[in-house]
Amino acid sequence: MSSVIVVDYGMGNLRSVAKAIEHVAPAGLTVRVSGCPSELAAADRIVFPGQGAARDCMLELNQRGLHDALLEAARSKPFLGICMGMQVLMAHSEENEGTVCLDMFPGEVRFFGHDLQDAAGERLKIPHMGWNRVQQVRPHPIWDGIEDEERFYFVHSYHVVPAEADLELGTTDYGARFVSAIARNNVAAVQFHPEKSAEAGLRLLRNFLHWNP
Amino acid sequence: MLAKRIIPCLDVADGRVVKGVQFLGLRDAGDPVEIARRYDAEGADELTFLDISASHEGRETMLHVVERVADEVFIPLTVGGGIRTVEDVRRLLNAGADKVSINTAAVTNPDFVREASDKVGSQCIVVAIDAKRVSQPGEPLRWEIFTHGGRKPTGLDAIEWAKKMVAYGAGELLVTSMDRDGTRIGFDLELMRTISEAVEVPVIASGGVGNLNHLNDGVLKGKADAVLAASIFHFGEFTVQQAKEHMAQAGIEVRL
Repeated sequence: MSSVIVVDYGMGNLRSVAKAIEHVAPAGLTVRVSGCPSELAAADRIVFPGQGAARDCMLELNQRGLHDALLEAARSKPFLGICMGMQVLMAHSEENEGTVCLDMFPGEVRFFGHDLQDAAGERLKIPHMGWNRVQQVRPHPIWDGIEDEERFYFVHSYHVVPAEADLELGTTDYGARFVSAIARNNVAAVQFHPEKSAEAGLRLLRNFLHWNP
Repeated sequence: MLAKRIIPCLDVADGRVVKGVQFLGLRDAGDPVEIARRYDAEGADELTFLDISASHEGRETMLHVVERVADEVFIPLTVGGGIRTVEDVRRLLNAGADKVSINTAAVTNPDFVREASDKVGSQCIVVAIDAKRVSQPGEPLRWEIFTHGGRKPTGLDAIEWAKKMVAYGAGELLVTSMDRDGTRIGFDLELMRTISEAVEVPVIASGGVGNLNHLNDGVLKGKADAVLAASIFHFGEFTVQQAKEHMAQAGIEVRL
């Protein structure tokens, strides 16, 4: 019997993430929402979602004693970060006048900026909210069966800027090109919400459950 | 490029869809879950449920509706209607809603918007703005916020109100023209454009859609980031897919 833990640290709608994973889970896989460090250690796979502000996320992770458990999981087992769960893997975020993050990967998280425009000079709103395309920078098991330039659902005002180009897994255009997916070793992380991205999102979650890095 | 969104809106009372959705082949045309599934299959980008239950029990039922929809339909879900406390917001989000739409409570207690967005994040907070044109012909355009389904004036200027709500933490605005709601003659495009250009957050246009050209106008002339419609989809006149194809032909970026 294998297990996947959706990490609960009080930040955001975990039920949707858990339900989407259950929807695509193979028989015999248990899906649990938990914020208990020992359960993270015992699980076979970790999904790390999150929404809200970076400072609150880091505060909750530290207060709940999840900081080290998460880093350990991210070094040792298939690990999927979603939205804020991607951003806090970086070293530092601009949000909330600067927030120190988990520093799993070198790089930072930056604000899109005000007065953003597209190539035609049309104003772009913040947050970046809705269905946008993801360019697959390189092949990866989580892209299996998903077309290049597929659309996924995004909601965010900050985006990651990895310091090392080989982290990049997917990019998206919003005013400028930004990194919307990263991967290294046993970790993949996406800025969009696969649990809210209809068929393509479910496919990505299924791919994650079958991924054996 | 980011796609413009099409959002079907369902009125729900005591767990049942009201104002008769008429789809061919539905076993139960009043079941929100079945209708949500249908709209998802047609390519709806999001769904909005408006809870018009009058009773406490009706709103409890809504939580179960949200749970059942969120268990099966994997696109964003917004729920509005009767949301007054941070606890209301939390319960809906925990049940599986992605955003809540706050209307009257924002007018009676603007700090509630600030409090709610502080607690759950701006991305979950939609403020619904019901506006009516109050300027006379020949005067500069002016709109005022109305509550109670457009019956009660508040004296609040709609544009100033929109800016204030964004400053208080609204992550998105749902703008309904109360002059146009139910008329099927199209959005109040000046209202949509004026608000959309005044704020940084996305604007959803609502009120008055009677045909597919109205959706195009909402985006191209009203500068809306998303368009919300009810009756043109509910009565089987058009599918969401047809609406998207129509928008794509006009050069609008949509998710096909």
